[in-house]
Amino acid sequence: MTGADYNFAYLDEQTKRMIRRAILKAVAIPGYQVPFAAREMPLPYGWGTGGIQVTAAVIGPDDVLKVIDQGADDTTNAVSIRRFFRRMAGVATTEHTAEATIIQTRHRIPETPLAAGQILVYQVPIPEPLRWLEPRDTETRRMHALRDYGAMQVNLYEDIARHGAIAKSYDYPVLVNGHYIMSPSPIPKFDNPKMDRSPALQLFGAGRERRIYAVPPHTPVRSLDFDDYPFTVQRWDECCALCGATDSFLDEMIMDDRGSRLFICSDSDYCRGRQGAGEAAE
Amino acid sequence: MYVALKGGEQAIDNAHAWLAEERRGDPSVPALSATQIAGQLGLAVDRVMAEGALHDRELAALAIRQARGDLIEAIFLVRAYRTTLPRFGTAQPVDTAAMALQRRVSATFKDIPGGQILGPTFDYTHRLLDFAAAADPSPAPRAAEPLPAAMPRVLDLMGAEGLIETPPAAAGDAVADLTREPLDFPAGRDLRLQALARGDEGFLLALGYSTQRGYGSTHPFAGEIRIGTVAVEFVPPELGFAVALGDIDLTECEMVNQFKGSAMAPPQFTRGYGLVFGHGERKAMAMALVDRALRAAELGETVKGPAQDVEFVLSHCDNVQATGFVEHLKLPHYVDFQSELELVRRLRRAAAATLAAEREAAE
Repeated sequence: MTGADYNFAYLDEQTKRMIRRAILKAVAIPGYQVPFAAREMPLPYGWGTGGIQVTAAVIGPDDVLKVIDQGADDTTNAVSIRRFFRRMAGVATTEHTAEATIIQTRHRIPETPLAAGQILVYQVPIPEPLRWLEPRDTETRRMHALRDYGAMQVNLYEDIARHGAIAKSYDYPVLVNGHYIMSPSPIPKFDNPKMDRSPALQLFGAGRERRIYAVPPHTPVRSLDFDDYPFTVQRWDECCALCGATDSFLDEMIMDDRGSRLFICSDSDYCRGRQGAGEAAE
Repeated sequence: MYVALKGGEQAIDNAHAWLAEERRGDPSVPALSATQIAGQLGLAVDRVMAEGALHDRELAALAIRQARGDLIEAIFLVRAYRTTLPRFGTAQPVDTAAMALQRRVSATFKDIPGGQILGPTFDYTHRLLDFAAAADPSPAPRAAEPLPAAMPRVLDLMGAEGLIETPPAAAGDAVADLTREPLDFPAGRDLRLQALARGDEGFLLALGYSTQRGYGSTHPFAGEIRIGTVAVEFVPPELGFAVALGDIDLTECEMVNQFKGSAMAPPQFTRGYGLVFGHGERKAMAMALVDRALRAAELGETVKGPAQDVEFVLSHCDNVQATGFVEHLKLPHYVDFQSELELVRRLRRAAAATLAAEREAAE
């Protein structure tokens, strides 16, 4: 079977318009979760159906798409989604962050700074940052409407009281444009500072939970913290075993059953670029 | 006329003859053999083996055909046969580290000793109906041979650093068995795992899912999922050493869950465990989520979601029990209902009389 049996980028044009309207509203109200009528997709819920629908709604024939999962282009789910768009939209794809016009991601923001005109599409499992404090949607919507965010601050404070630090390492909540608290999706908190005043448009799609939200370019995004316990990001004692980077997020690999470890960049394009630059300099 | 009243015997015979006809379908189409079902509907067979709690592909396939593809009905048939089988002892714990693997993935590390092996999976397929295959179900290409056995379990590799809790030591022969002893609360983890292993896939799936949406969160990562074949060994008392009885197919899932520590224990990762007969990845993963959720009280967590409530989960996870009781509402309840009718009529008359008396008093 080929993409010829389906409309450009799989979704029908009416659905795309519906999603674009939700995206426009999301851009107009940064950090606000806009409900949308997510469609059944040919990939399973929880595997990026929200991100795929957002990408399908904004992509055009001239776009260049990059898809990453855990920072890497070669992860199985990224390969699958890239194949899907190649088949259904026939667009050009790339692994180079700088070349892409649209980057769909799961769990990372590329190390290479994004530029104006680029769109970063996040796959979001749980869009509601207050979900772990209150499972009911009716209640969390009221809390957002009233900016009733005391429970979140208390939750972070309780971590400090118990563990001496905020015990959240990924999906670390942020305040967007000084108004709504937003889930950055399960990116490591290492990536949170990259969201702040980014020149790129950041779109978030949650298919199963039927929500779209956005951070327009140059919008302030602040990770929640306290004056005496400021927000910090992860650091490693090691550097990347392949490119020597000390400023990137590192994945840990188990090398043998005696517990030997190796650390390498999670962002495969960044790592390759640095290796290439090193060779060129030699 | 429906008011047949008596004569149920003839009605039952006629109904069952009709059922047999429906089961066979169009006689001009060849009948399905149990071998075809076992070979080509393997995952349905696996589910019936798992929830029927009997590792026998042929019997499960036969049950599926007899049940017209209704898997809970097939599970019921297998359970009703299984219960008649004599029990001669308890097998040795199976060693899943020595499993002959078909599939082995970890979501916690990008690379692990032995590597990630996708195996025969629906994962990363695009769910697009293959209309071409309907016209021409051509033979599939053969996949590569099975992989070398004995890959270390990922959680064992983490254990060396003390990052993850040590699994409880084997408790010897004293393993609880809810098919021989009545289910009693509080239920130990062995009993809970047995109930979950037999439990309904859909029910556990929904409960596991609820923990991911805030109703008793467990912060899970799929530490490892492995599917393959293991040998079952038994020590006959008269021999005193283990003999292999045969091989069974298993799916094992070990979840790694965040645990922020308590007064008794430092922060470390905890485990949720799932094990099912056959290829049952969805069930094994859901089971591991629910197993961990059910440990809330033991780990000093607040019990606030249904998946954390041992009595609620164990009392409702068995689909043979559940379907029996839900569907028993079809049985005649004429007598009870007649009693209710009489009561409601009497209460309505009394209520009307009171209302009339009040109106009269008001006028």
